[in-house]
Amino acid sequence: MSALLEIRDLSKVYPAPGGAGVRALNRVSLTLHRGEVLGIVGESGCGKSTLGRALLRLIEPTSGQVLFEGEDITALDRAALKRRRRDLQIVFQDPFGSLNPRHRVGAIIREPLDVHRIGSSPERAARVRELLTIVGLPEDAAGRYPHEFSGGQRQRIAIARALALEPKLIVADEPVSALDVSIQSQIINLIADLRRRLGLSILFISHDLSVIRHVSDRIAVMYLGSIVETGPAGTVMETPTHPYTQALLSAIPRPDAAGRRERIVLKGELPDPAHPPSGCAFHTRCPFAMPVCTADPPALVPRRHDGRIREAACHLYEPAGAETPHAA
Amino acid sequence: MKASFTLSPRLLPLPARGERELGGGEREPAPRMTDPLLSVENLSITMAGTPVVEGVSLALHPGEMLGLVGESGCGKTVTALSILQLVPRPPGRITGGRILYKGKDLLALEGEALRRLRGDRIGMIFQEPMTSLNPVFTIGAQIEEAVLLHRPVGRAAARRRAVELLDLVGIPAPARALERYPHQLSGGQRQRVMIAIALANEPDLLVADEPTTALDVTVQAQILELIAGLRRDLGMAVLLITHDLGVVAETCDRVAVMYAGRIVEAAPAFEIFSRPRHRYTEALLRTIPATNPPGTALPSIPGSVPRPEPGRWRGCAYRPRCHAPVEPCDGVRPALDGPAHRARCWNPAWGPASNPDASAA
Repeated sequence: MSALLEIRDLSKVYPAPGGAGVRALNRVSLTLHRGEVLGIVGESGCGKSTLGRALLRLIEPTSGQVLFEGEDITALDRAALKRRRRDLQIVFQDPFGSLNPRHRVGAIIREPLDVHRIGSSPERAARVRELLTIVGLPEDAAGRYPHEFSGGQRQRIAIARALALEPKLIVADEPVSALDVSIQSQIINLIADLRRRLGLSILFISHDLSVIRHVSDRIAVMYLGSIVETGPAGTVMETPTHPYTQALLSAIPRPDAAGRRERIVLKGELPDPAHPPSGCAFHTRCPFAMPVCTADPPALVPRRHDGRIREAACHLYEPAGAETPHAA
Repeated sequence: MKASFTLSPRLLPLPARGERELGGGEREPAPRMTDPLLSVENLSITMAGTPVVEGVSLALHPGEMLGLVGESGCGKTVTALSILQLVPRPPGRITGGRILYKGKDLLALEGEALRRLRGDRIGMIFQEPMTSLNPVFTIGAQIEEAVLLHRPVGRAAARRRAVELLDLVGIPAPARALERYPHQLSGGQRQRVMIAIALANEPDLLVADEPTTALDVTVQAQILELIAGLRRDLGMAVLLITHDLGVVAETCDRVAVMYAGRIVEAAPAFEIFSRPRHRYTEALLRTIPATNPPGTALPSIPGSVPRPEPGRWRGCAYRPRCHAPVEPCDGVRPALDGPAHRARCWNPAWGPASNPDASAA
């Protein structure tokens, strides 16, 4: 697999009165391969939505690069960015807020084609019908208004709009979080199916680990603007390395008959990103914090964990390149 | 993490009100464990003439946690709101049934007797912590109000109590936090404030409507831990309304599944998750990603919960979405049958089929 998207040291800092500002995104680096689903997971305020928006330049990043097929998106002028946006589309969480209630569904799905002046009027109409079929809606939906549809159907409309320009990459920002469980599974299936049929690459952002686990090839876990752990989905979920990933996993209640289990309950809440803790941002809540953690921010590099090499930002594990191997 | 949330020893004992009927501050003689604390009997509610809750019965014993689950629009929240007569009237109307709290009918209460019970013996946590708190008052004033309304104490004592409560629910620097307004708190902190208010007078019963839905999982774990501690230490009973089956599996003793205004299955939590009987419960459990191997197509339930409409159906309401319908489903409504594990299903995934619902005839 070749890299479709390479994010290098991407940061977003919001100015704040009398200080360093709020660092919503702190030097994030990621690679997304062609045809891959990369899951971004973390709690509210961790920067996962900022990441999704900054890489599309819906929010202007403060520093860093976003290489899409080798071209730096952050360096593009308006006209070049508009052309590039054909390849990068986004689906938002709220299927009620993201569709204009005064437009018919056909006009909503056709809008990207209008904006980019693609096809003649009858060709656009045909494309709208095709897109409705792709996402599992009847063709006559084009003539109706968003309020006539349920939450799950609206999310299908939003997905159809995102697909209109045949993008290579879709950023899906909490696409199923607002939906009931029985509807969630339909949309998850639809996204998985589209990925296979259309060869899409997807950055799938969610706070729900079980959803992320289900859809992703690889996972990146975020905490307070930084990635703390990344790796293949199965590896991260079954043998989490970073203590935050471990706590996050153990906090998910599981719907089975096994009942209650031992849980790592973290102290406190996410620290204020305007005043992030020194050293490792997680040390204020970490059950294994050591003196070094308060002083020195750990790098996200390959480290040794139980004889395996894992990519995590945590001082508990020796960097894999170090001379002294971690006592196993 | 604090070792445990022992409420009583850490909180000032509050004096009781002078006179008391139902809802007075003083504890009544401890009920026998066999008597339900709360018993909802055959409750029916309409909204603008349309039935939204039909023939719902639930029992909750002291110290017990009952999960009421189902998708949006199935009637869970209306059922919960009716316990404290919080269903807006009109358009809402309770058309049948009783709600007994310690043997007394809550639906017959009004005025002072009702106010005395709300926020004292029965606490309630609402779903949206932003809109449930008054934006123009400090959170201190809102917690103190809950104490002052029910106990003959002065402002200073109420304030001390508020500090203790905020500490109990895990808000750092509680004395300072009292001066803050709701918008200055995070979602998790606002939900903790709501819980502090609901617990201010050590209720016997907590009605919690999606108390953790808006929260992150690590904060959810803290809140669930807190509620579990209060049950253990105070013997508080909890009616938990949620759509999250994982939360139910890990916290509840018993579960009732609602669909289209009716209870379709009720059983001990272990039973529901190991041997669901109703096809709706079975399908709900199957559709969630956590019960499926990663990357596989998830089973889904076609269609959506039917909107309430007058005289909607004769048979099983779930019939149009069911994956295993049989002949009687169309025409005859099944009764909620069974001894400990009851289900309303003609073709249950496990166990014998229901009998016809006599009340439907």
